[in-house]
Amino acid sequence: MGVGIEVTNLNAWYGTNHTLQDINLHIPANHATALIGPSGCGKSTFVRCLNRMHETNPVGRVTGTVKIGDLDIYKDVKPVQIRRRVGMVFQRPNPFPTMSIYDNVAAGLKLNGYNNKRDLDEIVEKSLKNSALWDEVKDDLRKKSGASLSGGQQQRLCIARALAVDPEVLLMDEPASALDPVSTSKIEDLIFQLKSQYTIVIVTHNMQQAARVAEKTGFFLNGRMVEFDATHKIFTNPSDKRTEDYITGRFG
Amino acid sequence: MTRIRFQQSLEDLKENLLVMAGLAEQAIQRAIEAYRTRDLSVCDLVSRNEIAINRLERDIDQAALDLLAMEQPMAIDLRFILSVIKINADLERVGDAAKNISDRVRSMEQMAAAELPVDIPRMSTLAADMVRRSLQAFIEADAEIARGVLTMDDAVDAMNRAAYKALTKVMEEQCHLAPQALNALMICRSLERVADHATNIAEDVIFWVQGADVRHHKSVAEPPKNATPAA
Amino acid sequence: MTDQCVTGLAILATVLVIAPLAAIFIYLLYKGASSLNVAFFTQIPKPPGEPGGGMANAILGSGILLLLASAIGVPMGIGGGVFLAEFGRGTKLANGVRFTADVLNGVPSIVMGITAYALIVQPKIPWLPFTGHFSALSGGVALGIMMIPTVCRTTEEMLLMVPHAVREAALGLGVPNWRSVLSITLKTASPGIITGCMLAFARVAGETAPLLFTALGNQFWSTSLNQPIEALPLQIYVFALSPYDDWRRLAWAGSLVLIVLIVLAVGLVRYVTSRGVLKGAS
Repeated sequence: MGVGIEVTNLNAWYGTNHTLQDINLHIPANHATALIGPSGCGKSTFVRCLNRMHETNPVGRVTGTVKIGDLDIYKDVKPVQIRRRVGMVFQRPNPFPTMSIYDNVAAGLKLNGYNNKRDLDEIVEKSLKNSALWDEVKDDLRKKSGASLSGGQQQRLCIARALAVDPEVLLMDEPASALDPVSTSKIEDLIFQLKSQYTIVIVTHNMQQAARVAEKTGFFLNGRMVEFDATHKIFTNPSDKRTEDYITGRFG
Repeated sequence: MTRIRFQQSLEDLKENLLVMAGLAEQAIQRAIEAYRTRDLSVCDLVSRNEIAINRLERDIDQAALDLLAMEQPMAIDLRFILSVIKINADLERVGDAAKNISDRVRSMEQMAAAELPVDIPRMSTLAADMVRRSLQAFIEADAEIARGVLTMDDAVDAMNRAAYKALTKVMEEQCHLAPQALNALMICRSLERVADHATNIAEDVIFWVQGADVRHHKSVAEPPKNATPAA
Repeated sequence: MTDQCVTGLAILATVLVIAPLAAIFIYLLYKGASSLNVAFFTQIPKPPGEPGGGMANAILGSGILLLLASAIGVPMGIGGGVFLAEFGRGTKLANGVRFTADVLNGVPSIVMGITAYALIVQPKIPWLPFTGHFSALSGGVALGIMMIPTVCRTTEEMLLMVPHAVREAALGLGVPNWRSVLSITLKTASPGIITGCMLAFARVAGETAPLLFTALGNQFWSTSLNQPIEALPLQIYVFALSPYDDWRRLAWAGSLVLIVLIVLAVGLVRYVTSRGVLKGAS
């Protein structure tokens, strides 16, 4: 099951660049929350603060509190442990090129020392079914490499890989931006099904996508969160003029 | 400012709707004039308006559909286009009502003149005023003016009910005046419809400008006085 | 018209590059092929005057020395490369290591031999094995150290070529950094790293000078690391300068065999790389 995320006074820097300023919000459990905003507004940085990936950059710095469930992720646990509970899917599909499909999905478990073969078989099958890829690859699990699939399939493979470690939260940074419309639709349908089991946060440039998949939407601008509300309200009658200017394309 | 072409398309849509509005308003004015002067040539003018209005209705709906499909409008733009589509329909009905009135005027030619206890000129002025104000609200995107129109509907409804009572009495007591009374009743009905359409237009303007759905406020707020209890 | 000119020049340049290699090969074939027989590969050299004999001990000795060199050069080189690319990026220490590797690359092979001689062959420390005399070990060490810079720089470059996305994917799964480097980044870069190792290998396979003061040479069968050992280039050097016809003929044959072995090694590199590119990082 998913858990809620509570963000309090989050600030983030890239060196001297104050990328995120005083972010406060509550991301509800078992829902999909979309984050929209123009390029460079900080939404990707924000998401990377949720699984402590921001600090893997040598000049990245974070202050504030992020609580996932009851856990303060910057105080109570190590980054490695958080990343096992908070999965991430990136903009460009990035399956491990030297591994087969099976090994790719099992990678998160195997590399963390989990080696029970029968369990792994089950988990791989379940994850691939959950990411709507099982039927397409079930005969080639160990024969084909992860990189030999099409773009849309690779991205679903990355989703399966993230799901295999059974996270509570799934972060998706523009997961469909590199894909064609059919693959995008498949990914969106997938998000719809996954919502009931995980808490999903999705960063997207595509407002129609946010409107299609997310119950709540947050609008980021220049490192601040301008408005955070039910998706249908944001897109039919937003409260802040800046939000309206952005979504109607009057920006700039 | 980005999406200049889209902004321009929205402006064009508004312009076309205003042309339509002008034609509808003109139709009503001409119908009322025809009633006042019993001039059949004015009835012909109303028919001409009707043709133009119908053509424009199709064009505006098509333009709105294209914008919805091609430009993915959001928020205020989306509400604007929806309002345009609805106001479009209401204006066309206003045109129809004007045509109905002018048809009644034509048939009155065949009848003897009669003094009837209904103040159709006053009712028509009120209805036409409501149409004018609701269109002014649209032009200026002013929700306050629109709300003003909403309150005027009650007066027209009251006048319609009074006319119904008075004319029914005439038909009962002076049977030879029945055709004239019936005619007058139908004209009042058409004017009441015009007032309703003006109300709708005002509600659509409020929806566009404020995102608030104020339709059917009377039936939503309180049950009608003569409602039978649920079985 | 200019297209044809440039194409012509390109062909000419290619011919000029291939010509020396072809010339050497053809000449060696001419001079050495006749002396190649089974005995060459199975017998040790006979004393001058006796016909027959071969360079079997030199081939074996080269094999042992190269194995030892690889055992020293490859791990240290890969380790250095991993440090430069993954753990020390941007630090002053890393810059120092890189600079040292580059300098080491330029050290003449004979100086490497002399250094190994001074450090291992010369000092007479009774309780430290392998010191105080010429030995296969000292030769292997000299060759091994010569392999380090090539392996190290290639490893670093290949690791840097692994797309950042692959590392991020591993990090995002909660895999600790060291595990990610070992199991994923290194594996992805492995075709290129293997190429680097083979290039270093091919280079030291033909080195003679460092072995002059370390392995020394040995006319007899020897597999002991504690004793002098023969190597193919070394043997060729000695036999070529000798006044005996038999030995000189053996030197020609040995040269041919050495070149063929190096060509085979480079061919192996090409084969591994071409398979690796399809399977590896893309």
